Amino acid sequence: MKATIFLLALLPLDRLIWLGFTDGLGANPIEFITRSTGTWALVFLCLTLAMSPLRLITHSIAWIRYRRMLGLLSFFYACIHFGIWLWLDQNFDLIEMLKDVVKRPFITMGFISFVLLIPLALTSTHWAQQKLGRRWMQLHRIVYLIAATVVLHYWWHKAGKNDFDTVTIYAIILLLLLSCRIPFIRKLLSKRSHV
Amino acid sequence: MHLNDRKQLSHEITPKAVFEARRELIKSAAAGAFGLALAPWFSREALASNPQKLLATTNPNFILKDELTSYKDVTTYNNFYEFGTDKSDPVAYADSLQTRPWTVTIEGLVQKPVTLDIDALLKLAPMEERIYRMRCVEGWSMVIPWDGYSLSKLLNQVQPLGSAKYVEFISLADRKQMPGMKSRIIEWPYREGLRLDEAMNPLTLLTFGLYGEMLPKQNGAPVRLVVPWKYGFKSGKSIVKIRLTEEMPKTSWSQFDAREYGFYSNVNPLVDHPRWSQATERRIGDPKGMFAPKIKTQMFNGYSEQVASMYSGMDLKKFY
Repeated sequence: MKATIFLLALLPLDRLIWLGFTDGLGANPIEFITRSTGTWALVFLCLTLAMSPLRLITHSIAWIRYRRMLGLLSFFYACIHFGIWLWLDQNFDLIEMLKDVVKRPFITMGFISFVLLIPLALTSTHWAQQKLGRRWMQLHRIVYLIAATVVLHYWWHKAGKNDFDTVTIYAIILLLLLSCRIPFIRKLLSKRSHV
Repeated sequence: MHLNDRKQLSHEITPKAVFEARRELIKSAAAGAFGLALAPWFSREALASNPQKLLATTNPNFILKDELTSYKDVTTYNNFYEFGTDKSDPVAYADSLQTRPWTVTIEGLVQKPVTLDIDALLKLAPMEERIYRMRCVEGWSMVIPWDGYSLSKLLNQVQPLGSAKYVEFISLADRKQMPGMKSRIIEWPYREGLRLDEAMNPLTLLTFGLYGEMLPKQNGAPVRLVVPWKYGFKSGKSIVKIRLTEEMPKTSWSQFDAREYGFYSNVNPLVDHPRWSQATERRIGDPKGMFAPKIKTQMFNGYSEQVASMYSGMDLKKFY
């Protein structure tokens, strides 16, 4: 099951490579790749955050088994997204990059999201989980903050065209997923499924 | 035929769409608009692969060393919000734009206000081919062979009054033809403007074609402006009205956000857009390949020699 999900999750990347070789990325391939990988990082973030609520609703712990992999996939697509920007937009000029990060809120939010994902990816192993104990839980709550910074990143990106349709959908999904963490709603979710 | 057999009759009734198409055809024929107006009805497919040619003479003053952007990229990667905000929307949806009949009204502070038919406009001055760089405010650029003539040739005919200081360009706004208008991004119709001296500058091109063919609809058919030293959005598409005024016209994008889009919007690598740098640009279809680094953006998009004198003494950081 895990292997199947993993292979499916790589399809967006396969698609980009396929399109790249068949002249299918359009007039601005870099923009296409940047946007596509950004979107998929967000999709996998949503999926990661959906595992706990699914566990509550279905009373099955199985979902949690996929959470780490989904989280790492989100980080994987975020790495490509960030890497392409650092390489082709910033030309690996770290000073210029940091200037942009400080100056432009939409980039600030994207950058914060990426930086915050790093410790989560690094401590995603069983070993780190055991080693950190309770603090692991606390650390990984950062993902709630990332959900917010990611939406802001996307929101401000779209502000230029006043085109908030897609980003609103993601914002609502993330809001729903986060509200499942509120103790009161948590209880409600697990109770309802007893019936 | 059993005339009283209702079922059979309904088979023979011409479908409404076909009927209306025929009516349209007969009407155009009656109006004597054979040729251009009828071509799409007879062979939409053939038209796509064999668009109408536009006879133009290459102007040797406007030849560039830069490699031309491919016809495909120029005609499939467009900003034309009346058909949607995605770059691929215009080519997908601009089919509904009716470019004939078409008139352009020139009014306001002129001696001889006039409404010209597109055919009259096409014949008003010799058609030139000019290769211009096109720099979009979003940070990408193309190199395009346009066909047209200097806007000054038209403005001279209508004779601007001494009081005229600015020229306003108004694009078509018709919800029936332009599906993108249902989103409330900017206030329609799309309006752009130039100072009169900018409008009279020989570089400012009233444009009817590209690559030696009539403008594709997604590129602003049948007539648009091309102002190569300014960001692309200053060059209005599918223009229906040109108005000379004393006051600086309110333009669509600066009304949307005056901090991000100024009236002048000259290409300037030293003045950043609030959300991104304007120092470099990505050349669409860069011959160096997909992962080619961005190229440096030039002051006035490389047209300083022709235009810089118009802005001498002006603080371009203030008048962006």
